[in-house]
Amino acid sequence: MRRLKNAYATLKQYPSAVGGLAVIVLLIALSIYAVISIPYDKAVFLWRGSEDIWAENPKYAPPVWINLFRSEKLPETIVRDTADIPDKEQEVISSTIARTTAILEFDYPYKYFPNEITIFFDGDYSTRAPQVALTWITPDGREIPLKTASATRNGRYSVWSDRELERAAFGGVGPAIGLFADPDTLHDPQPVVLQGTYKLRVQMTTFEEGSTGDAKLVVFGQVAGLAGTDHRRRDLTVGLLWGAPIALSFGLLAAVGATAISFVIAGIGTWYGGWIDAAIQRITEVNMQLPFLPILILIGTFYTTSIWLLLAVIIALSIFGAQIKTYRAMFMQVKNSPYIEAARAYGAGNWRIITRYMIPRIAPVLIPGFVISIPSYVFLEASLALLGLGDPTLPTWGKMLNDSYDSGALYKGYYWWVLEPAILLVVTGLGFSMLGFALDRVFNPRLRGL
Amino acid sequence: MEQDASSDVMPTEKRKKRFRPPRSLLMLGRYTLMRGFALIVVVAVGVYLTVMIANMGGYVDEIRKGEIREKVGMEVRANRDLLRKPASVINKYIEERVAIEEKRLGLDKPFLMRSFAYLGNALSLNLGRAERMTSDSGSSEVRLIILERLPNSLALFGSASVINFLLAVFLALFLSRRYGSVLDRAIIALAPLSAAPPWFYGIFLILIFAGIFGILPYGGMLDAPPPVTTLGYVLSVMKHMVLPLMAWLISGVFIAIYTWRTFFLIHSSEDYVELAKAKGLGSRMLERRYILRPALPTVITNFALMIIAAWQGAIITETIFSWPGLGRMYYNAIGQFDTPVIIGLTVIYAYLLALTVFSLDIVYALVDPRVKLGAEGSQ
Repeated sequence: MRRLKNAYATLKQYPSAVGGLAVIVLLIALSIYAVISIPYDKAVFLWRGSEDIWAENPKYAPPVWINLFRSEKLPETIVRDTADIPDKEQEVISSTIARTTAILEFDYPYKYFPNEITIFFDGDYSTRAPQVALTWITPDGREIPLKTASATRNGRYSVWSDRELERAAFGGVGPAIGLFADPDTLHDPQPVVLQGTYKLRVQMTTFEEGSTGDAKLVVFGQVAGLAGTDHRRRDLTVGLLWGAPIALSFGLLAAVGATAISFVIAGIGTWYGGWIDAAIQRITEVNMQLPFLPILILIGTFYTTSIWLLLAVIIALSIFGAQIKTYRAMFMQVKNSPYIEAARAYGAGNWRIITRYMIPRIAPVLIPGFVISIPSYVFLEASLALLGLGDPTLPTWGKMLNDSYDSGALYKGYYWWVLEPAILLVVTGLGFSMLGFALDRVFNPRLRGL
Repeated sequence: MEQDASSDVMPTEKRKKRFRPPRSLLMLGRYTLMRGFALIVVVAVGVYLTVMIANMGGYVDEIRKGEIREKVGMEVRANRDLLRKPASVINKYIEERVAIEEKRLGLDKPFLMRSFAYLGNALSLNLGRAERMTSDSGSSEVRLIILERLPNSLALFGSASVINFLLAVFLALFLSRRYGSVLDRAIIALAPLSAAPPWFYGIFLILIFAGIFGILPYGGMLDAPPPVTTLGYVLSVMKHMVLPLMAWLISGVFIAIYTWRTFFLIHSSEDYVELAKAKGLGSRMLERRYILRPALPTVITNFALMIIAAWQGAIITETIFSWPGLGRMYYNAIGQFDTPVIIGLTVIYAYLLALTVFSLDIVYALVDPRVKLGAEGSQ
């Protein structure tokens, strides 16, 4: 405990160390929040989710907060559901046929047209689905009849892509514009939005006793959520949040695995010397020149894209890395020091000397390299994901970058989609390496003296 | 560097060299041979590993068996006499033919034996045919596809490495002289930037210079109608190279400066440097002979490690910049699941890595007099 305090006191002299530490603490807090607020199963479910889970989100929408920087606000998504209206006007036509009328009302104060307009139905019936007559009422009182649809279970009517409506009502202008445009400007190159209160009259005719039906109007905005959405309408917040614990655990596990194991191996090799040392040295030389990433890619392509199995492979391939040579040089110095001699004199065994005398002596020197290596593993995961070898079930930052790259986000200007995971990645990388470089100066007396 | 090595040798060493040139040459030759042999072993191990990985999933064999089955099936379909016979007879005939073919190609032998045959094929660059990809000239020979892309990769990678090395050595020397200055602190503070690989900075650079300002191309290697004149061609390639090179340097140069500056600082605090200073030698002479010279072997070893890492990074950097090199091809091959190409590329990467390391080893031997004197232990 006191040693920790001392170490912290020394570190405080380096602003970059404090900054790095702050970033790491923040990331850990974010990870804990992510794991608690969205349990693992739910995160996987949400991220894999078919479009139905995210049906009410617009595609390719930037985050809501960009409105703070705009004088003209971009529209947000508007959802109105007849199920929320308690007392609907009801009309009994015969013993089995009934008609309910509900009016969905909403304000549209924006200067931009919505992305898409869709009406979702939820009918409750046994054989014959309720029929729905839809009428669009503009602020200036025009009534535009929409298609008459049947309210099947999980049915939907994509108003925005209704070609019939486009032709009949708006003379070739898309319904998403036609329904909201000032009629005088409809055929201008730049139609103007008619602001005000819009209504949708929903007349639902049911044909069975006890049969009901509801309609939900969704006017998709051009912004959504805290982080925006992607090509599958997913809320990127989920991915960004869950990317943190995954990146941290991946980086930490890989770094711990590779560093600790190769450290112990270097210690054993140095202590025993002879053919053990020679074998370790030769294996290291071979391993260092193996094409590491291509082999990982091969494994990722042919066997598994499970992130944890790849992690195991990465550790296995990194054990005999360049660092083993550095550790060996350090152990060599320690091996001949008097206190080891003393340990030998009182009869300590080989294993005891390695684990109790040599490893604890060098371990502090290893900390900076360990910290610096964490982000490189985080980025390795991102690199693999970028090649399309990311874990398909888990949301990771690299996977998000891969999705955005595949969808041409850089060219089409979906900047948020690229920048959000990228900034999180770079913040993580900088946090760890800033701390690592500061630690390097603290723990490496050779550098402190300079 | 080589010039440095021949003209800049320490006086005592020069004398020795004059007296016994054959011995030092012999040492150099022996060293080169040993390293070459070691690297061939490394390549063989790497390729064998590749063969094993690709085969344990049974891919190579399944593909070949599938091909045989398809060929036999086509033969049967073309054979009218056979088609009139009952299905069981046809099936039996197919099985027999497949068995014969598999035997002819050695597919019935145990895997261990076959794996060595594959190793031999791969090492002699007999890489087979691609399943889906073709070269621009239309060949599906994996070797030709790879050879077509190789120069593009080498052009980008080679210039990136050279610029990286020269810039880092120069700046590291410069900063080690101005230790503690504002510039020194600023550049050292940038060292953590190396935590991210080049492709990562590539995304930002594309966003800024291509997306927002639109002054440099998004990617690719040539303008849309390729320039006709040689000069235009070179200029076009250079224009497309700017962003990948920048990405590479941002990710690679600062860590190199940081590490090498440390080497130089350590060497400049040695006693013989103090003595040289006391003798009144100029700072240039001091830097070149007394600091750079002894630090160079360490720097080169370090550079070799960096280059190994960079080769791997090339795969994704090329993908991000749509640079038509080996890395981009790797990405496409993964996307199309073109196994022979993936394996072939892994083999080529193993070779390229070994060649890079080998040439650096030779430079190392030229720079480090201990190798020539036969005092070379483990590095």
